[in-house]
Amino acid sequence: MKAVDPILKVENLSLTTIDHKPLVNDVSLSVGSGESLGLVGESGSGKSLTLRSILGLLPSSIRQAGGKITANGKCAMVFQDPIGSLDPLSPIVSQLAEVVYYNQNVSRKAARTIAVDLLQMLGLPESLKHKDRYPRQLSGGQCQRVVIAMALARKPDILLCDEPTTALDVTVQKQILDTITNLQKELGFAMVFVTHNLAVASAMCGRLCVMKEGRIVEQGDTMQVVGHSKDPYTRMLIDAVLPLPSLERRAE
Amino acid sequence: MNHMEAALQPLHAGTKKNSFIRKALRTPTFLCGSIMMAILVFMAVFAPYLTPYDPSQLDLSAALQPPSSEHWLGTDQLGRDLFSRLIYAARTDLKVMVLAEIIPFILGVFIGMAAGYFGKWVNSLIMLTTDTFIAFPFYLIVIIIAFVSGTGEQGIYITFMLVGWIVYARVIRGLSSTFRKQEWIASAKMLGLSDVRIILKHLLPNVLPQAVIVLMTDMALLLVAIVTLGYLGIGIAPPTPDWGTMIFDGQPFITTKWWLSAMPGLAVVYTGIALSLIGDGLADIWRR
Repeated sequence: MKAVDPILKVENLSLTTIDHKPLVNDVSLSVGSGESLGLVGESGSGKSLTLRSILGLLPSSIRQAGGKITANGKCAMVFQDPIGSLDPLSPIVSQLAEVVYYNQNVSRKAARTIAVDLLQMLGLPESLKHKDRYPRQLSGGQCQRVVIAMALARKPDILLCDEPTTALDVTVQKQILDTITNLQKELGFAMVFVTHNLAVASAMCGRLCVMKEGRIVEQGDTMQVVGHSKDPYTRMLIDAVLPLPSLERRAE
Repeated sequence: MNHMEAALQPLHAGTKKNSFIRKALRTPTFLCGSIMMAILVFMAVFAPYLTPYDPSQLDLSAALQPPSSEHWLGTDQLGRDLFSRLIYAARTDLKVMVLAEIIPFILGVFIGMAAGYFGKWVNSLIMLTTDTFIAFPFYLIVIIIAFVSGTGEQGIYITFMLVGWIVYARVIRGLSSTFRKQEWIASAKMLGLSDVRIILKHLLPNVLPQAVIVLMTDMALLLVAIVTLGYLGIGIAPPTPDWGTMIFDGQPFITTKWWLSAMPGLAVVYTGIALSLIGDGLADIWRR
């Protein structure tokens, strides 16, 4: 491990269903301050559950059977479904201002100003300042920006992303990913990025963890994992997505 | 910054303001129910100006008269004008219906939200309580409690405060536990909002439409219960006009003067239909 003092450390995590069927086995990972870690694997490989257990957001049918999670900082999470992550009946500026108010120790009025600024920083129209909108009046990409703004309003040291772009269409995906990358450079939070797309993960993260059937099969620097993968499963994932990174490079 | 500009698409035009009123005007069930209810409430409120006679004015020489231009619906066995009594009874019964529903509504919605939101033992405890109540036939419980708590309005309020919350608690519990599983509640909790705040500020507005729809249906059932208690002589006490006691009073004459019982009965049906139409209409409006 190159990180001297990890901000987030998961040691030998095991998760099972309530009737003891194992789901995640002996997963260990650590993230240093400002570092980003990609957690890659197919659906059902336990990557989302691992992420959720960091925040204690496990579904009621799943238990932590063993292991230890230490987070030396505030965590915030961006979920997969942007529209489902917002209260449908609460206008977005109010919703964000509420989170600012409870996390940043400012007056209600100041919280609203901060909220509007934050939304603008994330690329939402200025008109929100005068006219608040309900989540259903926004597109999926716009909602995801609001969700990211809400996570940032908590001033997190660690940002957990659970497939934040899977529910969005491809052009919007890229915009959101760029936004996250730029914000990370600017604000310096550590990040755990869960995705089934190896191309996205290798573009976003310095280190990768490849998961399969609840276990980590390969872990290391992105270049090393992608370039000299030892595990056949990782190679299969690379083969599955190889056309994408080259396309992306050409687009830039 | 190129990626920021790309996000600056115009926001959806979205729904225009006053969309509730515009949708309501296009929902026939809601419109119909509201008009029926408005007529009834208007008549009940302005009863003294609309009725030709005092509802308790006795005239034994003019008892049991058939409908005529003088007495639109005839007179009862004590010579009181049936039409006047019908309208005054609406006043009593609607007032009792609304007042008896307030506390159970609030109580039930909050108990249901607590059960659905917190789950675990809170949920088990509340479900155990509601299941116990539901195990008994509704009218059996109502009659027993009404009998014990004494006749009159007060007895009705106590009875429905004890049993009325159950229907709300069950519906709202189910709804809340569905919301509990949705990402935005987990998200709000993770972002540092307290349980109380999430329940009051976010869960309540989301469950309220359903609760109001249930309120409409339940009010109709409550009205029938109030009238039933009046009929059985353990509801609203006799000098006060009430549809239930009116049906009972007309019973001995049912074969010859059928309207004495039929008219108050129809009034109950009319109110029930109005409330159901409003409830159905609201469900349509909010589902769209």
